Amino acid sequence: MMKKAIERILNGLFRENPIFVLMLGMCATLAVTVNAVNGLGMGLSTAAVLVLSNAMISLLRKIIPDGVRMPAYIVVIATFVTIVQLILQAYVPSLYESLGIFIPLIVVNCIILGRAEAYASKNNVFLSVCDGIGMGLGFTVALTIIGLVRELFGTGCVFGVKIMPEFYEPVAILVMAPGAFFVLAILTALQNKLRAPSASNTQHSELACGGDCSRCGGCAGAANHLQIAEETERKARQLAEERKAAAEAKKSAEQAKKQEGGEQA
Amino acid sequence: MSIGTLFLTLLTTALINNVVLSQFLGLCPFLGVSKNVNTAAGMGGAVIFVITVASALTNLLYTYVLVPLELLYMETIVFILVIAALVQLVEMALKKLSHGLYAALGVYLPLITTNCAVLGVALTNVQNDYGFLASVVAGFGTAGGFAIAILILAGIREKMAHNDVPKAFQGMPIVLVTAGLMAIAFSGFSGLQF
Repeated sequence: MMKKAIERILNGLFRENPIFVLMLGMCATLAVTVNAVNGLGMGLSTAAVLVLSNAMISLLRKIIPDGVRMPAYIVVIATFVTIVQLILQAYVPSLYESLGIFIPLIVVNCIILGRAEAYASKNNVFLSVCDGIGMGLGFTVALTIIGLVRELFGTGCVFGVKIMPEFYEPVAILVMAPGAFFVLAILTALQNKLRAPSASNTQHSELACGGDCSRCGGCAGAANHLQIAEETERKARQLAEERKAAAEAKKSAEQAKKQEGGEQA
Repeated sequence: MSIGTLFLTLLTTALINNVVLSQFLGLCPFLGVSKNVNTAAGMGGAVIFVITVASALTNLLYTYVLVPLELLYMETIVFILVIAALVQLVEMALKKLSHGLYAALGVYLPLITTNCAVLGVALTNVQNDYGFLASVVAGFGTAGGFAIAILILAGIREKMAHNDVPKAFQGMPIVLVTAGLMAIAFSGFSGLQF
């Protein structure tokens, strides 16, 4: 049991790191990592929600009917997000201000719904909590590292303390919006170069969030969205054509009947 | 609320504070469904429709249910449920009523149920104390900004398919670089003064 728990935690930190490997929840990743403190705060908030919702969903896994499980998960997650939001507002107002709208948006962070669907709904409470801790820590570490890099090269500081030498000219664009895209581009390019496993360079990501991409909004790396859309579009067109053909067949059959009736008369 | 302010809201939400390129909302469909212009247009249309309707609905709910009952802390839960239900409902209705429209727009609807842009717009509207009309205009502007951005990116990606991209940058990295350059271009709009 203990061994499995440790395996879950290491899995979240390294093998299936939610940001570097799965590439889930990229919106929050890009938006809040202007400095290390914000990254750390966002990571810990998400981790708290992840652990609590994993525990709750695992407890309820035999009670929630299969047909309404997605809405049920969303309610559970939204509840914990609201609790975390109120706690931050009360005790860490400065962080609450700087993270702003991205705290309530933890609700739609794909990693949380993904872990609920892929792990917590199938495993017991203890393991689900460990999985939440592992994934949460992986998320926090990744966000802090990205925030650290952007802060270091963008302003020359680390956690607000200036450490770069005087002559260093900060690359201000790194802490602005375009910089986020560039940092992530370099990161994914490095992964491609080193052939590190990542959702951005595998065609079908079996390691990702349980695979139900049609109900999930957060897989930036996965091209599954496009495939799903194209597949449903093809099916819809086929259905439309079938109906059209059926209607025309009916029409011509009616006409033939009418003609027959006319001839007889 | 005068026409001028509404127009200003529209311009601000669509271009100056572009939802993808400066707010980082709705990145996932922006990167995932931008391989060709046709699918990008479908996605853009679906987003415009859903966000406009969702911002109208959430504004009504906020003003007439949450505020009178003093349930403001419930806003996240209520909004996400309403949005999810709305998207499902629209999808079912389209499937039943119009097959052409369903094939063009409806197939993208399930992909945006948990799109953070939809919830993001609803929450921003409430934060900014927008009235009903302003909420709808802000929603429409934001979604319009999304459609503009995804169409531009899809156009560039179609052209880029014939280019010789360094091996390590093939796939996602070059798309992200493109998005970064677009973000620089869009940050030029913040110089607009009124």
